[in-house]
Amino acid sequence: MSPKHRRWTLDATVWIAGFAMAALLVTEAVATDRRASSATNPTWQSECGSCHVAYPPHLLSAQAWRSILQRLDRHFGVDASVDEATASTIGAFLEANAGRAAQGRVEPSTIRITQTRWFRHEHAEVAPSTWNRSAVGSAANCGACHRNAASGDFSERLVRMPN
Amino acid sequence: MNASSAVAAIVLAVAVAGSGLTWAQSPAAISKRYAEAAQRASASFAGFSAQRGEELFQASHGGQWSCSSCHTRNPTAVGKHAKTGKPIAPLAPAANAERFTSIATADKWFKRNCNDVIGRKCTAQEKGDVLSYLMQFKP
Repeated sequence: MSPKHRRWTLDATVWIAGFAMAALLVTEAVATDRRASSATNPTWQSECGSCHVAYPPHLLSAQAWRSILQRLDRHFGVDASVDEATASTIGAFLEANAGRAAQGRVEPSTIRITQTRWFRHEHAEVAPSTWNRSAVGSAANCGACHRNAASGDFSERLVRMPN
Repeated sequence: MNASSAVAAIVLAVAVAGSGLTWAQSPAAISKRYAEAAQRASASFAGFSAQRGEELFQASHGGQWSCSSCHTRNPTAVGKHAKTGKPIAPLAPAANAERFTSIATADKWFKRNCNDVIGRKCTAQEKGDVLSYLMQFKP
């Protein structure tokens, strides 16, 4: 192999390796996002998805979920009470899949998802007036813009803002 | 009786007993259960009234919401949750075959929503009246 050819081969190898690594990291990050949203349980989906999107458990800490389940009869202004067996099933699922405060992902005591650092960071580019559009109503109505929210898919490429 | 017919008898007994617990699986069957409960609660029970049910459904009972705040004034229409905006499938059985097919589910929602709208549990009389109102809608 001539020196020029060898140099070209080396350059090409470095570039290809670099792109491959970048591609791997991106797909890993996206896959992690999907994995995090893929935890599901039929009782949780049925009960917690009946009035709003069933918010993925990793969005709040285990402590926050316990706090919410303890006062379901006063759930952000409405009665969402369930029987004990159901509460137990849902509680176990939520705590097992809750966000880990240790990873800096969630503040332990915040119970309102839209007030978490993560939510505010992710939606910083959304104008306050957007939340008040009649098709949206409030920031709690994920499905207004995240058209696949009901399946736990909040990926940005699927966002469609209503008028 | 040999072992296998004994097992068959037990399975049949359990199935019958189990079905007995869940036999209220239609609007009419649930209405009958509410009537039985209303009769137990008051000797002067005189049946259900769709008119009373409609009044209860549409009224705000001194609070912020009525049943129609979420279910709309027309129970055959798709409703919308007053806080979250989530669509709510029609409530009238004629418009939604899944409604009132489980007394456990019906009672779960009556418990929550009567508490939110009226501030207390609905009585069997009230539940029966509302169900009578909802059942009068035709497909």
